[in-house]
Amino acid sequence: MADIKKLEALVVQVRRDILRQVHRVNSGHPGGSLGCAEFFVALYQEMMARKDGFSMDGIGEDLFFLSNGHISPVFYSVLARSGYFPVDELNTFRHINSRLQGHPTTHEGLPGIRVASGSLGQGISVAIGAAETKKLNNDNHLIYTLCGDGELQEGQNWEAIMYAAANQIDNLIVTIDLNGQQIDGSTENVLPMGNLAGKFSAFGWDVLSIENGNDMAAVLEGLKEAKSRTGNKTPVCVLLHTVMGNGVDFMMHTHAWHGKAPNDEQLESALAQNPETLGDY
Amino acid sequence: MKKYTDTGKKDTRSGFGAGLTALGKSNENVVALCADLTGSLKMDAFKENHPERFFQVGIAEANMMGMAAGMTIGGKIPFTGTFANFSTGRVYDQIRQSIAYSGKNVKICASHAGVTLGEDGATHQILEDIGLMKMLPGMTVINTCDYNQTKAATLAIAEHDGPVYLRFGRPKVANFTQEDGTFEIGKAVHLQEGSDVTLIATGHLVWEALQAAEQLHGEGISAEVLNIHTIKPLDDASIIAAAKKTGCVVTAEEHNYLGGLGESVARVLALQHPTPQEFVATDDTFGESGTPDELMDKYGLNAEAIVKAAKKAIARK
Repeated sequence: MADIKKLEALVVQVRRDILRQVHRVNSGHPGGSLGCAEFFVALYQEMMARKDGFSMDGIGEDLFFLSNGHISPVFYSVLARSGYFPVDELNTFRHINSRLQGHPTTHEGLPGIRVASGSLGQGISVAIGAAETKKLNNDNHLIYTLCGDGELQEGQNWEAIMYAAANQIDNLIVTIDLNGQQIDGSTENVLPMGNLAGKFSAFGWDVLSIENGNDMAAVLEGLKEAKSRTGNKTPVCVLLHTVMGNGVDFMMHTHAWHGKAPNDEQLESALAQNPETLGDY
Repeated sequence: MKKYTDTGKKDTRSGFGAGLTALGKSNENVVALCADLTGSLKMDAFKENHPERFFQVGIAEANMMGMAAGMTIGGKIPFTGTFANFSTGRVYDQIRQSIAYSGKNVKICASHAGVTLGEDGATHQILEDIGLMKMLPGMTVINTCDYNQTKAATLAIAEHDGPVYLRFGRPKVANFTQEDGTFEIGKAVHLQEGSDVTLIATGHLVWEALQAAEQLHGEGISAEVLNIHTIKPLDDASIIAAAKKTGCVVTAEEHNYLGGLGESVARVLALQHPTPQEFVATDDTFGESGTPDELMDKYGLNAEAIVKAAKKAIARK
């Protein structure tokens, strides 16, 4: 049984990490990062079967691919706090000569990263490839991936979505961060995507929703349900409803903080709403 | 002069198919992905022999490149197969981010490159692919000249750790390199010794360069011939040594002069041994429909054009 309180405490610390990383370098993407803090903590602390250390091949463990690479602050924070690299290194986010590039990359050798992402729409394809290799290797572990909702406007996703169902990629759980926002406004205003659950279903996927993607118990329950549906000749899609900027009142429910850093005053207010739990880096 | 004999015309894509078939048997980590062109890429035998390692992705090249990147995670060596146009321009960002920047061990195998694709016309005849691929950091770029060399290159790239672009073609052309010869990535092959001019050719133009050398020999001009199958990394040392010896060069390729082998050679020479150079290449143009031979003639990609360029280069010494 997961200790929800402990996980929630980590989520608050991850929020602080996100805000402090972005503030220090005055750039980066806090909105989507904050919205996905519960998901990342649940995934890395509870869901994934992970080995100690890091190997690129990841044989005998679950793997995760981040497709919407711009939410690197939450990815880096959770990777560091899950033991992949020293938490102090979060200080180098987006700085010159850092392993913590603006968007995640394998190029600088940061443990925990298996593919570069940032140019959108490529993660599901990579995840499917890794899932096919797991099958060839008779490696009975799962592939997880996260995409933004706006990202689904990229056509490559639908090539991948079609392939996965046709080829029964059932060791794959694709989560869509449904925060309804993208750079130019709400997804409804920029390019409405209609009924996403219906679209995934029509493509032959097993779809489930997590209505409150910022509630740790709900996220865990939903991801466990998703995991239970793997191995049934069908890829699994989780529609994770989140609030962009969650946990910081002035950043919530708007696309304004997609790619903008808080100033000193705003940081102070944001951190006051999220008191230190495990200790800042 | 060394004599080179055409042992019977064959398409380079069949050399790729033969190499892939052999790899299927010798290396269980080799997997193949194809975007609805299995027959055109000569991947049928691999598919037949190893259905579990063959992945038909449909007409979805972007997904194919992403999948190939992902398949390397866990130790597989993916070979993707489609036409050169759909292997590069169509999927440039997928290759750039998921394969090249991510340092993935993917072999991008591209058939029907250049105007010799023929009648289908310019939509399918890419003349920019070498440039696109050589600009990507870490990408190895290979353009083979005949069936035997394409087979050898296919085997060799499986042993190379890192992304590779392997370019070959559709038409049946002279098969003159050694059967089951060795293929050393990044190493020029010296086909003829000469003293007046160096002909530096890649792909289908290598045979034309040999014909040109013979013709020049008949006119009392001694032409050296280098087969540059690897455009990146380029064999700088062989090119500089040849330029020092003959004092002028002609580059020849079935590609736009912008971004092709010629520019790579020019850079090496400019930096280390400035030398008069002439370019046999397409002149910043798209192709068109026609037979391969008609097109090679119309776009000046033949022995005659090389002879003319050689004389011009010599005159500039």
